[in-house]
Amino acid sequence: MNRLSLVNTIVAAAALVAVGSACVAVFAANPPEAPAVLLIQNATILTVSHGTIEHGSILIKDGKIAEVGTSIKAPSGAQIVDANGQFVMPGIIDCHSHIGVDGSVNEGSISVSSIANIADVLNPEDIDIYRDLAGGVTTANVLHGSANAIGGQTVVIKLRWGQPAARLPFEGAVPGIKFALGENPKRSNFSIPGQPKRYPATRMGVEETIRGAFTEARDYKKAWEEYNKRAGAGEKNLIPPRRDLRLEPLVEVLEGKRYVHSHCYREDEILMLLRVAKEFGFKVRTFQHVLEGYKVADEIAASGAGASTFSDWWAYKVEAYEAIPYNAAIMTKRGVIVSINSDDAEEATHLNQEAAKSMKYGGMSHEEALKMVTINPALQLGIDKRVGSIDVGKDADLVIYDHDPLSAYAVVQKTLIDGRVYFDRERDVADRGTLEKEKKALLEKERKAAEKKADEKKAEEKKSGGKPEEKKPEDKPKPPKDATAAGGAL
Amino acid sequence: MRRFGAGQAFLIGGVFVVAAQVAGAQSQAPAAYAITHARIFTVSGAPIDDGTLVIRDGKIAAVGANVEIPAAAQVIDGKGLQVYPGLFDAVTQMGLSEISAVSATVDSAETGLYNPDVVAATAILPSSEHIPVTRAAGITEVLAVPGSGGFDFSGSRGVIGGQASAIHLSGWTIDEMLIKKSVAMVVNWPEIETRTFDFATFSRKEKPFAEAKKEYEKQVSELTELLERARHYAVAVEHQKTADFRRDVKLEALVPVVRGQLAMLVVTDRGRDIRNAVEYADKQKLKIIIAGGTEAYKVKDLLRSKSVPVILRPPLTLPSEEDDPYDRLLSQPAELAKAGVRFAIGSFDNSFARRLGQNAANAVAYGLPYDEALKAVTQYPAEILGLGDQVGTLEVGKMANVIVTNGDPLEVTTDVRYLFIKGRLTSTDNKHQRLYEKYLNRPKAAE
Repeated sequence: MNRLSLVNTIVAAAALVAVGSACVAVFAANPPEAPAVLLIQNATILTVSHGTIEHGSILIKDGKIAEVGTSIKAPSGAQIVDANGQFVMPGIIDCHSHIGVDGSVNEGSISVSSIANIADVLNPEDIDIYRDLAGGVTTANVLHGSANAIGGQTVVIKLRWGQPAARLPFEGAVPGIKFALGENPKRSNFSIPGQPKRYPATRMGVEETIRGAFTEARDYKKAWEEYNKRAGAGEKNLIPPRRDLRLEPLVEVLEGKRYVHSHCYREDEILMLLRVAKEFGFKVRTFQHVLEGYKVADEIAASGAGASTFSDWWAYKVEAYEAIPYNAAIMTKRGVIVSINSDDAEEATHLNQEAAKSMKYGGMSHEEALKMVTINPALQLGIDKRVGSIDVGKDADLVIYDHDPLSAYAVVQKTLIDGRVYFDRERDVADRGTLEKEKKALLEKERKAAEKKADEKKAEEKKSGGKPEEKKPEDKPKPPKDATAAGGAL
Repeated sequence: MRRFGAGQAFLIGGVFVVAAQVAGAQSQAPAAYAITHARIFTVSGAPIDDGTLVIRDGKIAAVGANVEIPAAAQVIDGKGLQVYPGLFDAVTQMGLSEISAVSATVDSAETGLYNPDVVAATAILPSSEHIPVTRAAGITEVLAVPGSGGFDFSGSRGVIGGQASAIHLSGWTIDEMLIKKSVAMVVNWPEIETRTFDFATFSRKEKPFAEAKKEYEKQVSELTELLERARHYAVAVEHQKTADFRRDVKLEALVPVVRGQLAMLVVTDRGRDIRNAVEYADKQKLKIIIAGGTEAYKVKDLLRSKSVPVILRPPLTLPSEEDDPYDRLLSQPAELAKAGVRFAIGSFDNSFARRLGQNAANAVAYGLPYDEALKAVTQYPAEILGLGDQVGTLEVGKMANVIVTNGDPLEVTTDVRYLFIKGRLTSTDNKHQRLYEKYLNRPKAAE
């Protein structure tokens, strides 16, 4: 998309229009088969963990990588993928995504919306899941929006297109919560007429919103601990503390059971959150966007937080005016684990190219650049034992390109998740004729139905003889676009 | 980077380069340069493997395998390097919009529906930070297009947005930067839009098709009336000695349009709207260029038969419809090229102007021949905008807007080593590089 739609809330607004104008339903494909044994042969394998293997093979058994090397014999019955002249890399992990969310990503009415959970509103039929899959993305950190200092709960998903919503979450991945600092939570760039200004309206207030919430969460935690202790000691007739669904996720943060992914831009707010985290004894797992991270890279590195940033976005708002494309390179040099993210369904389709830009801006090596969309985001999301590199025992989440992926000329040929081919360019192209026919047939059916209805109406009017009844708006024949949009709900 | 004396070694991205004298944006420069032993892509002809390009008095003086080097010329050894015309970004808001979210920094769109008299050049800020950032990516000239807001989906755009100006990206003042003040009249084609986003209530609004169509027809008839008045005005202008002649700045601005001297740059994306705009221009006998063209493929035969050129939005854009193929926009340039439609690719942005080459390369990945992609960001925008005699290729006599790179200028990892704008060796220094150097050298923070 192009693409000044960089302010989350406005993105969401625009998305509403975009979704509304989509005309024909795309029926989620059936999930692909799961071959018991699959062998990818003759490929240049970018393992990320142990260099590049020329003319290599990857043996996949039951969705896991069973063997990686140059002289793997195909077991009998194995499905073979010949990747001669092609490149295989680990599936891309997007550490900041909003795909597959049904409706708005922002519960923007309150400044602490920790009660909301993105995992509850996953839409497995969102076409952006498929489009990002076609861009090599296999795992996405699906985040709540940035309208609130403390936002909603977040979920890591695998892009298993065609599977029901319950099959999207990445099994065992630590859940997260979105924080946001700066212009978005203080609502600098948007005000809704007729609505009062919401606290916080300054960076000072953003800090206090977070401190206030964690002060409550700390007390709440203590109250439960006290209760559990006394109940454990066998005390009778105890009244448990009243449950608070807003504070529970924050208690999980304090206990290290929920990751904090904090949207931020400016250097001062980054240090602010580190101070608050220290005060309450929790960790910031990742700073998101973190476009001025390069100014305080040592401090971020010392805290152990990761940084997930854009390749070259800048100047769309004041807090992005000192954003530089060298951000990732500087933070990496200073010891921060850095990933390149999308925040946008389109941007996610070429994260490989976005990572490559750090070779130009800051002189990163090919391997370092590749890490920023594979093992680094895996580390940031705590899923590095499962994904992020091509190693025996890991999930067979792989992308096959026709070219070195760190290039604008690389095209995804296949994307595999758990050893299943969820995206196959050849198949996609081959199926287009059928889809086109199906669409035409549906439109025709719709048109005929509308005509028939109109004819019936006419006949009725004739029969009644008198003046034609005044048409109700819903009786007007709708243009095909609207009619089929209604069908889209199926 | 800062300025470096001739022969001084400096470090960019881990690679040592021997720099010739890289002037600041607009300092005194030698009258002549010769880039020698480089692979030269003239775009107008076949690449020259071991060639020399001579620049003199702001223009390309000679290019070829056996070219005499003027005695006074500063020689740049181009061994291992490649030479191209600078890229031309055919739709930007360069200098008109600094920070798109801050309206005080945005001068891209007037209020009101019909503003033919406003001119981009008037409000282009020569010291915009976007300019050095953009030229460092090898873009040497742009079209600055008025008529829509800082956010391109803001919805608050008029029908006639004003006059687009072509500038090259180096100069102290707009006068030094101007290639041509009035290149095209921007028309945001009225669209039949049943669904809009209402920023006042922050909600989606729907209106019946009939109502949307009525609004569309109203705007088109207003446009027609305005053009009709401009035609009458054009006749009156010729006889303006009459005492009762009263000047009208808006109609005056439209005179070159109705005379067919100034093209309309019609911003529109849907197939139906493009068709309406093209048929309208045909009927009204107006010159038309389509800008946007997301669904140009739907009307490719019409575009070819009427010889209407298109400036395409970035191919790195998701399709407009849910059931479109995922690569609908990526493969469109290839489809249009095959169908014989003339097109360029533009960034339609400032911050992302530097992705122009990347966008063209992605079109190649999805089937567009490489030469066509390169032309789509050099020669074709120049020709489409009527500036083909001045920029877009490395031909003798053209403005010396030249880039010297370490590789393919469309690839995301390629560096621009030398940049010439109007024959001057121009610095690739910019805000981003300065901040990089500053913070790269930040002393280690105390624990």
